[in-house]
Amino acid sequence: MKMLGADAILRSLEAEGVDVVFGIPGGAILPTYDAFARGTTVRHVLARHEQGAGHMAQGYARASGRVGVAIATSGPGATNLVTPIADAWMDSTPLVCITGQVRSSLIGTDAFQECDITGITIPVVKHSWLVQDVDEIPEVMKAAFHIASTGRCGPVLIDIPRDVQEAEIDFVYPDTVDLPGWKPPRRGHPRQIREAARRISQAERPVLYVGGGTINADACEELKELAEFGRLPVITTLMGKGAFPETHDLFTGWPGMHGPKWSNWAMNKADLLVACGARFDDRVTGKLSGFAPGASVVHLDIDAAEIGKLRNADVPVVGPLKQILRDLGSELRRLSESGTPAPYAGWVEQILEWRDEFPLRYATAGELVKPQAVMEALQAATAGRDDVIWTTGVGQHQMWAMQYLLCNEPRTFITSGGLGTMGYGVPAAIGAKAARPDATVVCIDGDGCFQMTGSELATSVLENLPIVVVLINNAYLGMVHQWQNLFYDDRLSQVHLTHAIPDYAKLAEAYGALGITVDDRADVDDAIEEALGAGRTAVIDFRVDPQEQCYPMIPAGAAALELIEYEEGAENENVRAF
Amino acid sequence: MRHTLSVHVENKPGVLMRITGLFVRRGFNIESLAVGPTERPDVSRVTMRVDCSQHSLEQIEKQMHKLVNVLRVSELGPDEAIERELLLVKVTAPPERRAELMSLGDVFQARVIDLGPDALIFEVVGTPEELESFEELVRPHGIKELVRTGRIGLGRASAKPDAGRRLALIR
Ligand SMILES: Cc1ncc(C[n+]2csc(CCOP(=O)(O)OP(=O)(O)O)c2C)c(N)n1
Ligand SMILES: [Mg+2]
Repeated sequence: MKMLGADAILRSLEAEGVDVVFGIPGGAILPTYDAFARGTTVRHVLARHEQGAGHMAQGYARASGRVGVAIATSGPGATNLVTPIADAWMDSTPLVCITGQVRSSLIGTDAFQECDITGITIPVVKHSWLVQDVDEIPEVMKAAFHIASTGRCGPVLIDIPRDVQEAEIDFVYPDTVDLPGWKPPRRGHPRQIREAARRISQAERPVLYVGGGTINADACEELKELAEFGRLPVITTLMGKGAFPETHDLFTGWPGMHGPKWSNWAMNKADLLVACGARFDDRVTGKLSGFAPGASVVHLDIDAAEIGKLRNADVPVVGPLKQILRDLGSELRRLSESGTPAPYAGWVEQILEWRDEFPLRYATAGELVKPQAVMEALQAATAGRDDVIWTTGVGQHQMWAMQYLLCNEPRTFITSGGLGTMGYGVPAAIGAKAARPDATVVCIDGDGCFQMTGSELATSVLENLPIVVVLINNAYLGMVHQWQNLFYDDRLSQVHLTHAIPDYAKLAEAYGALGITVDDRADVDDAIEEALGAGRTAVIDFRVDPQEQCYPMIPAGAAALELIEYEEGAENENVRAF
Repeated sequence: MRHTLSVHVENKPGVLMRITGLFVRRGFNIESLAVGPTERPDVSRVTMRVDCSQHSLEQIEKQMHKLVNVLRVSELGPDEAIERELLLVKVTAPPERRAELMSLGDVFQARVIDLGPDALIFEVVGTPEELESFEELVRPHGIKELVRTGRIGLGRASAKPDAGRRLALIR
C-alpha cells in the first residue's frame, strides 16, 4: 500500500502490537506527528520532558514485559533521551527510541537542531539506525523490535530524517528479520546444565543469586520450582526484586551495599553461588576479592559477555534462563531420584537464625516521622494485594523501599539500578500505569529526585494515568548527605534542599492532583489510605527526619562483613526481621 | 600483550565506530587498523592490532560478538596465521646515492614506484617486522615521508578453514 514514510512508522508500530508510545513533538518529527493526527490505534502519551517520555517507556516495558517506545524530535529532543537510553542499557530494558533528524541534505552542516544522536548513543545502544531511504523503514522497525527484545534486552534507536518521513513508500511489513550477525544463544548446553546440577546437589551451603535477567527471561516460575525442590535459599538483587516471593521461607533478602546483614552473611558464607541473570555489580559485591570468597560459581546468563567478566565462573551456562532453569530443575530431580544427597539440611535453618539475630533496626525516639515507618505503613496497607506496582527514585528512599516493601510478584518493583538515575520514579510510574491500568502504581520518591521530573505530574493528570507519589521528604539529597556524614567527617556540602520549598502538596494541587502534607506520626496511615483510595493522582509529602541514615551499609570497596551498622540499644527501637 | 584481531563485519555505516569504541572506552590504544573488502561483496574484514591484557581482550571479543553488524571475531595467533603489511616510503635519493639505495631495496624485494630528481618512493610488502627492518636501513638516507597500511592477515592455508582462534563461545 502506498503511503508516506511517517505513516509507515505508525503502521509498523501497529504491526508490532504497540498500544502506547510516549513522546514530545518538534520540527524534525512533525511529519510523524501529522500521521498520528491522521489516525492510528497507537495511543500517544504527551510527556513534559523527553527524559520523562523515555522513563515512561521504560516503566511501561518493565511493568509489562513488552517493548517500550519513546519518540522525540532531533537535537535537544534526542539528547534529552540519552539518559533513559543509558538507563535502559544498564538495566537491560527493552526500548525502541524513534528520533526525527534534519533533512538528509542538511545532515553534517550543523543545521538547526541537528545532532548526531546515533553517534552520541553508540556506547549505550544494542544497535541503531540512521534511516537513509524510506524503503528501509519497515525492515528497520521490524529489526528494532526484534533486537530490543531478544537475547539480553536493551535499547535501540532509530533516527529518521524529515524528508524520509515525507517520502512515499509502498508499505509491506516483513514477517521475518534478516540479521546474519544477530544470533542470541538459543539453548543452554545440556552438559553444562548437568554439571551445574551436580554442583548444586553436592553443595553444602548453596545460594541462588538472582538478578533482573530472571525477570526479563520470564523465568520466575521455573526459579521457584527449582528453589523449592532443592530447598535453595534465594537472594534477589535490586533489579531482581520480586523474581521470588519475598514472604517465602526460602527468601534470603537482598545483597550488597544496603542489604540486610543476614543476607550478606548468607552470600558470604555460601560454598556455591548460582547466579541467575545477575552480573556481580560492584554495589552487590563490594570488594570483589572479599565477595563470597569460599564459593564456587555457577553462572547462568543469556549474555556470554557476563561470564567471567568480574568473577570467574566454574560452570557457565549461556542461554535463555527459562529453559536453563527448567532443565536444571529436571536434572536435580533426576539426581535426587538416583540417590544423590540433598543439600545440607541445616543451611536454610542457619540463615533463618541469622535473620532473627540481625534484623533491620531503626530508632523511633523523637517526634519526627521516620522514613522507615512510612515504608512499614505502606507495606501494612498493601500486604496481600497483588495489584500494587512500586517505582522509586534513587537514594536513601530507594534503599528503604527495597528493604521494607515486600514484593511477591515479578515486575512489581521498578527502579533504576545500574545507572542510578534520579528522576526515574515519577515517569516510570506513569509508564507502568499505562501498561497496567488495573494496578495501583505507587512511586516512592525522594525530594531531590522528585524535583528532577516532577513536572510529569501534568502528564499523569491530563492523560488520566493516576499514580500515587509517596515523597520521602527529608529536606536533603539524603544519600549524599549520608556519605558526607560517614566518609567526609560530616562536612555537608551542597546537599540541603529544605522541607518546605517547594511546598509539594501545593505543587501537586497546582497540577490538579491531590496534595497531602504529613509531618505528624499520627497522620501517616490516614494519608496513605486517602491517597491509595483517591482514584486520582496524589502526592503525599512526608516530612521525615532529615538525620535518618540508611543502614546497614557496606562502604564502597569494602567487603561484605565490614559493614556499618545501626547502633543497637537506642531507646524505642523498632526491629524488623527484614 | 599485543594481539591481532580479525573481524568479519557487514558492510554497514557506523560499524567501525562501534568496534573501535569498545577499545576506546576502556582506554586501550589501537596500534593499527585495516579495513577492506573480502570475497563477499557485503562483508568487510577489519584487522586490528591492539595492546591489552588477555582478560580484557576476551571481554572485548565477547562484546564485539554482540554487535549486530559483526559476523565473526577471531584472533590471528602468530603461529596460525600469515600477516602482511604494505609500506610506502619516500627517501632522499640524490643521483649519486640511487644505486646504493636500489640494491638495498633489492634485498627486501622493494619496488621503486616513483622517482624524482632527488627522491624516490619504495613500495615494500612483508611482515610488519620486515618492514621495520627496511625502515631502519633506509633511515640514514633520510626519510621524507612514510606510510604503512597496518597489518592484514589470514589463517594459514594448511590450517582448518577457520584458522585463527575462534572466539571461545560458551554454549
Ligand atoms: C541524575 C543524578 N544526579 C545525581 C545523582 C547522585 N545522587 C545519588 S542519590 C542523590 C540524592 C537523592 O536525593 P533525594 O531524591 O532527596 O533522595 P534521598 O537520598 O534523600 O532519599 C544524589 C544527588 C544521581 N544518582 N542521579
Ligand atoms: Mg531527600
